[in-house]
Amino acid sequence: MTQDLILQATALKKYFETGSSFTGKSSVRAVDDVSLDIARGETFAIVGESGCGKSTMARLLMRLLSPTDGQVTFDGQDVSNLKGKELKALRRDMQFIFQDPFSSLNPRMAVGSLVGEPLETHFPEMSKQQRRTKVAELLGLVGLRAEHAERYPHEFSGGQRQRIGIARALASSPKLIIGDEPVSALDVSVQAQVINLLSDLRDDLGLTLIVIAHDLAVIRHMSDRVAVMYLGKIVEQGPVDTIFSQPRHPYTRALLSAIPVAEHGRDRDRITLDGDMPSPANPPSGCSFHTRCPFAQDKCKTDVPALRDTATVAGHTAACHFFDDIAAAHPDAVVADSRPATEAAQSRFDLYQDAMRNGVTPKVRQQQ
Amino acid sequence: MQRLKLVHSDSSPNDVLLEVSDFSLRFKGAQKDLISHVSFSVKAGQTVCIVGESGCGKSVTSLAMMGLLPEGAAEIHGGGITFDGRHYDLKDQKALREFRGSRMTMIFQEPMTSLNPSFRIGDQIAEAVQCHGAHTAEEARARALAMLVRVGIPAPEKRMREYPHQLSGGMRQRVMIAMALVNDPALLIADEPTTALDVTIQAQILDLIRDLQAETNMGTIMITHDLGVVAEIADTVAVMYAGTVVEAGPAEQIFNDPQHPYTIGLMSSIPKLTGPRGRLATVPGMVPTAENMPDGCRFATRCPFAQDICKTDPKPQSFGNGHVAACHFAPLDTHFEACA
Repeated sequence: MTQDLILQATALKKYFETGSSFTGKSSVRAVDDVSLDIARGETFAIVGESGCGKSTMARLLMRLLSPTDGQVTFDGQDVSNLKGKELKALRRDMQFIFQDPFSSLNPRMAVGSLVGEPLETHFPEMSKQQRRTKVAELLGLVGLRAEHAERYPHEFSGGQRQRIGIARALASSPKLIIGDEPVSALDVSVQAQVINLLSDLRDDLGLTLIVIAHDLAVIRHMSDRVAVMYLGKIVEQGPVDTIFSQPRHPYTRALLSAIPVAEHGRDRDRITLDGDMPSPANPPSGCSFHTRCPFAQDKCKTDVPALRDTATVAGHTAACHFFDDIAAAHPDAVVADSRPATEAAQSRFDLYQDAMRNGVTPKVRQQQ
Repeated sequence: MQRLKLVHSDSSPNDVLLEVSDFSLRFKGAQKDLISHVSFSVKAGQTVCIVGESGCGKSVTSLAMMGLLPEGAAEIHGGGITFDGRHYDLKDQKALREFRGSRMTMIFQEPMTSLNPSFRIGDQIAEAVQCHGAHTAEEARARALAMLVRVGIPAPEKRMREYPHQLSGGMRQRVMIAMALVNDPALLIADEPTTALDVTIQAQILDLIRDLQAETNMGTIMITHDLGVVAEIADTVAVMYAGTVVEAGPAEQIFNDPQHPYTIGLMSSIPKLTGPRGRLATVPGMVPTAENMPDGCRFATRCPFAQDICKTDPKPQSFGNGHVAACHFAPLDTHFEACA
């Protein structure tokens, strides 16, 4: 491949042992044979529902967990078995943003020490004064003020705390940041602020982002490529626009059709999935989605489908035996752009957008 | 004084199930009202969505409606709540107990913490039956079982004997719904019922609530922060911000012709599933705390259109069909022009 790859996972597996020798051991296949290529500078998203293994995947890529089998390559170096100093160096290049800004910050540390801590670890040669300057710079980068360094996490709102978490992640000047549900604990208006911040930082600092999320609209907005996970496996992968306009795997189709859209009276063909995701300790035979798939046939119960190319665009793959037949029988829904119904309403949205973009109050119209 | 009415003028007062009128509430010792002049009403068979972000007072309002606010913590500062045509005193727990859990029930966001982990789910549902009316244990269990069938739980006899931890999140929320509906309530209050669930499970639960509502003609108040969910199920919508209803009206008008800058900001903040992916508009800053609540329009501190006049209480302006917005400058397009 000619692409400049920053991170590569090859046949990655993580099985967790459960039970004891008395009750009988079994293993949970949290991540089962996953391969990923992540190009430098792109935003890659991993999407799936609870229990699909996306957080385990993130922790494997970060080497917070060691894989049961398979390989992770970062910047051309196999990092699957790194230890000690080399692992610490890796930690500097790869950072993590956690979901919950309330539990991921030590409540007894001031913001200055929270952001300064990774500097101490990774750049021990820095003087106190240098560190303080750097902390102020980092806080400025994420939209906080230098004097916030004196305060404690409880004095901040959820969105501000997430900014502190991001400043902490940026402290070691990483090349890659993995965000595990970085905005899902935030309110929509604050969520939008953090999404904008992350995309600015990516562009300004030349970062590569891996975003783990369950919110498909957020993913569409932030990422270049998406992988959809179900029960520890990638079921579909491809460029974000293709995945959203021409989904091929029945699970992706169902997931997309299940999202409630904030628009009145939109008619949609909803594919409703029955039941819950099966337990990863006891995955179904064949295609792991066949128990909930509306298109399942006998072959799906026995044969495991492999990821294969679709006819849409290069790099779009799906793991389903019948995606061509399904696509032929159920053409892709053409989704119209969402716009408010009235022109007056549209002009109000435009006014708001303008005011936000320029940061100035719009002019009051003179009364005739 | 600002009064936002959701009731259509043509509706007869008889079919209004619950009416909250000019309701204000403050915590003991606070200088300002936490909930200020909130009004809305629910009719049989109707779904009202209260939408807003954390701290907007939507959950406090719902708890107040159920009489569940801790005694002594909050005081009602004006207005009141009428249910079934009867004005009720939120301090009179004895009177509240008569209809709470039977005529008016509530489901909560997190089904794991709202179910008792140490009782079988069948017993928990049966208990709700026995609390309201003289039923024998067998009758109560039979009704619990019938209810589990209605909410679509597979193998209900087996599930009756299971404990909450043995069920998945979606199943637990179905159990919560079964428990809430087992006494055939006239009104269901659902506080973020699908927030903790995955999208495919959320779709199942929303379908279930809709089906049960069509079957029983109950009124529903849905509290949520997700405008997508609102668009799916609401008949009328009340948008809350910092303890006030800033905009209310029929769902169609709220989505197609939003008037209040906060509603517009909220809608602009949502990443879209179609169309170009520009920079998201945001609502800058954050919700003021109860102590720092500004005078006049509470949104003024974050509003890109704010002027001096916004330091005074905005009068709600009507846009027909019960659509009202509390903004001095609604509609914005007639008061402002784009900056050059």
